[in-house]
Amino acid sequence: MNRYTLAVLVRNQFGVLNRLTSMFRRRQFNISSITASETESNEYSRITFSFDGEDDGKQQLINQLYKLPDVCSIKELTGENSLSCELMLIKLKNDPDTRNEIHSAAEAFKAETIDYSRDSIVLRLIGNGARMDDFISLMRDYTILEICRTGTASIEKGSSILRQNLNL
Amino acid sequence: MILSGSDILVKALIEQGCDTVFGYPGGQILNVYDSLYTHQEEITHILTAHEQGATHAADGYARTTGKVGVVISTSGPGATNLVTGIATAYLDSIPLVAICGNVPTTQIGSDSFQEIDITGVTLPITKHNYFVGDVNDLADTIREAFKLAKSGRPGPVLIDVPKDVQIAKCEYQPKAPVEKETPYAAKDMRIEEAAEYIHASKKPFIYFGGGVITANAQEEMLCLAERIDAPIGCSLMGLSAIPTDHPRFLGMQGMHGHYASSMSMHNADLIISLGVRFNDRVTGNRARFATKAKIVHIDVDGSELSKTVNATCGLRGDVKLTLQRLLPLLDEKTRPEWIEQVNRFRKEETEYLDNREGLTPRKAILTLNKYLGENTAVCTDVGQHQMWSAQNLNFKTPRRFVSSGGLGTMGFGLGAAIGAAYGTKERSVLVTGDGSFGMCLNELATVTTYNIPVVILIMNNGVLGMVRQWQTLFYDKHYSNSVLNRSTDFPALARAFGAEGETVTTPHELDKALSRAFSQNSPYVIDCRIDKDEFVLPMLPPGGSMDDIITKLEVEK
Repeated sequence: MNRYTLAVLVRNQFGVLNRLTSMFRRRQFNISSITASETESNEYSRITFSFDGEDDGKQQLINQLYKLPDVCSIKELTGENSLSCELMLIKLKNDPDTRNEIHSAAEAFKAETIDYSRDSIVLRLIGNGARMDDFISLMRDYTILEICRTGTASIEKGSSILRQNLNL
Repeated sequence: MILSGSDILVKALIEQGCDTVFGYPGGQILNVYDSLYTHQEEITHILTAHEQGATHAADGYARTTGKVGVVISTSGPGATNLVTGIATAYLDSIPLVAICGNVPTTQIGSDSFQEIDITGVTLPITKHNYFVGDVNDLADTIREAFKLAKSGRPGPVLIDVPKDVQIAKCEYQPKAPVEKETPYAAKDMRIEEAAEYIHASKKPFIYFGGGVITANAQEEMLCLAERIDAPIGCSLMGLSAIPTDHPRFLGMQGMHGHYASSMSMHNADLIISLGVRFNDRVTGNRARFATKAKIVHIDVDGSELSKTVNATCGLRGDVKLTLQRLLPLLDEKTRPEWIEQVNRFRKEETEYLDNREGLTPRKAILTLNKYLGENTAVCTDVGQHQMWSAQNLNFKTPRRFVSSGGLGTMGFGLGAAIGAAYGTKERSVLVTGDGSFGMCLNELATVTTYNIPVVILIMNNGVLGMVRQWQTLFYDKHYSNSVLNRSTDFPALARAFGAEGETVTTPHELDKALSRAFSQNSPYVIDCRIDKDEFVLPMLPPGGSMDDIITKLEVEK
């Protein structure tokens, strides 16, 4: 199993996200993270998927996605050719016994405290997925109340852009 | 000119060269039906008994003409009744535009009477679908839908038009009919690579499917076969593309394919696949499928390359254009040893042929062959009769075999035969079984009302024959819910609908009945009684390969 990231530029149409995720579902691909938003042009939306699978499956998925009329361009993003990041908000129980340990860990990970109350602490962490996973794993020693992650946003290094190979 | 949405819709259909549509009216599509009334001189609407029949008719029309078939229905149940027909067209890559009404945009999402999210429902079974929320988008949406339906690998497209959009008015500018996207050949590099594989091959085999009919690539394919001295076989969807009696043609592949065809593919060292998709009904156990062969696969849909069977050389492009580029790279070459081996398979096949006396399924189809004209379309339902038809019909003209291959839709045939009669502008034939016919026989009302000359041959064995065959072979003869034993009197049923019919029990009676059926210009039902324990042979058991082929079987009574 490998982790793949695909950046997909789509026509900014009603229901387009559903068309893409429906393709994943019926071809039995499991999305591990997804981000979607409008882009520099309101004609297009950009959807970034991460999923686990094998090379053959990935190629089949790309081929199937290209058959959707709303899909304009697809690019596989890898660690070498792209930059990725994710944002996480994590809410922990504020316990006087563990408070200092949480703060030291947060400092080491450059997580920011964005809310602090008598009973809870909310931390904000930005980085790649593996970093998030590591931090969550550390925090499991304490009491995690809630986690919210945005999913991976990825962009190519250099001047190359997704719109350059439009499939219209 | 300023027109209402419904007038724009009908005008846009006429603009696309559409002269025949199939459908059924209802509350949320009344405005469109009013426009159809106004434009009845330019566009004919055929009212079926059920929306499913209308979709199959539009499909049969598309399969026999190569044009886009059009079906119209109302919202809610009208729209959901299209679903099986749309899925049938989707799995067989048939160009179809389905138009349905919906509740006014102001009521969408409130579970109104006869409201259904039909774009959501049909998402996985259409190439694309549209919800038209603004009358200004309507004409261009219809144009885009037609373009999409017929471009590349064809397929169904659905357009959902709320009632207020049908009523609203806007400017309409007529345009020329849309052309399909310009087809392109595969990349030169790939074509050169394919030529090398072909050159190196000692035992090449050409395996084609419906894509050859869509691309109209028969001539190029036959030219390829001659040049490299290769035999040809096809999938169910490829049938009728080339004449059955063509000397290079070995027939259908797969679970119930022709012996020589399947054996040749199994023994080939190179399979050149043209517009075909290695369905599980063809390959059987994929791990044991044609293990000695390299595969050169040409398909307009890139996602078919290496989807199920790994292509040694995958070429994405139009089959016709790609073959045109490939042919000049190939030397004329004879392969006498290979042809000799193929001829041995052919000889073995003749030994397996069913030459029993009496009204056997093969005898019935061979008798039917005598009456078929060059242009007569034969439609089928799904089951044993479908396979007997595929094995024994004598095809002369492309697009004259109409059968649900991918989805395997029982009940497809009668609707399809209606569409085929309009598509070919002559009599059509339906070969069906008592099970399949029972599913959608309501369309008998349509064939009699419009006096459509459909010859209906029911292979009546009182059981669900294909289910029974599996139960006999793999389920210890537990005939669970496959014995029909209904008291339906098919000739009387035909008369009740306004058609004629008769029951036959011998080859001679069948011959006479067909002669009567083909001499008149109205629907005719033949209730052809066959034994309940007839088998479709040969048979590849599920999960098996050609080494496990069953060619002879007898059931103890």
